[in-house]
Amino acid sequence: MSEPTLLASTLGGVAIGVASAAFLLFNGRIAGISGIVGGVIDGPREERPWRTMFLFGLALGGVIAFAWLPAQFGLGGQTSTLRLVIAGLLVGVGTRVGSGCTSGHGVCGIARGSRRSLFATATFMTAAMITVFVTQHLLAGAPTP
Amino acid sequence: MKQSIVAAAVGVVFALGLALGGMTDPAKVIGFLDVFGAWDPSLAFVMGGAIAVYAPVLRWARRRPAPLLDERFHLPTRSDIDARLLIGAAMFGVGWGLAGYCPGPALVGSMALGSDAVVFAGSMLLGMAGLSAWQHAARRSEGGSR
Repeated sequence: MSEPTLLASTLGGVAIGVASAAFLLFNGRIAGISGIVGGVIDGPREERPWRTMFLFGLALGGVIAFAWLPAQFGLGGQTSTLRLVIAGLLVGVGTRVGSGCTSGHGVCGIARGSRRSLFATATFMTAAMITVFVTQHLLAGAPTP
Repeated sequence: MKQSIVAAAVGVVFALGLALGGMTDPAKVIGFLDVFGAWDPSLAFVMGGAIAVYAPVLRWARRRPAPLLDERFHLPTRSDIDARLLIGAAMFGVGWGLAGYCPGPALVGSMALGSDAVVFAGSMLLGMAGLSAWQHAARRSEGGSR
């Protein structure tokens, strides 16, 4: 159960939008996290420095954010290790096979009016909602309103 | 060098935005995805806020011949819908729904050591590296054709 946080969420979105816009304006690239990480693993060698620095910035931002807003972070032991491993593998493989995630397809692609990103976003949102319906309601036996 | 500095700064702001927006809290993500339960629409505002800023800048930026620090823009040009796109997106969606983490928040969230994000992010990176290794091996055994 989570309380709506429309203002903080909008401001967070604006920060993501500003960061993505700056990345496009300066470096001419899409701020898609799975693509940037994947490129460190199997992208061109000459692109590794900026990709690595992006991830360093993301990690540094994570440290700052955790010090500033610890309540915004999930804890340990909320989800079983097996489930985390299966989910992580699915997200790792799926975002590479499907060429993007929430940032690359969901924000940058949709804003660009990309047909592929529109289809990908509709697909992963639907799949995620069905998964949550199954795990939270069907399997948990909780009553559905 | 300049590109790397921009990338690092963008990474910091991006991470702060994800955390402030609530994307690093799996309970919040599940609440957003739980459209048949006690739905929390907040995360739609993260996406909306990001697109509202990004879309007009994108439209303006693309009229320039090149970005400030590179010779050209590196934007995807494909528009075909193939099975890979949809199968990959579906796999991603199932994983996102199972754990409540997508790639950015998983990496940012794993800075909270001991959190579930650490195990998730490790598995995610393993999945990416495994897929890459498998694709390289498959390409080699097919003699360069794919």
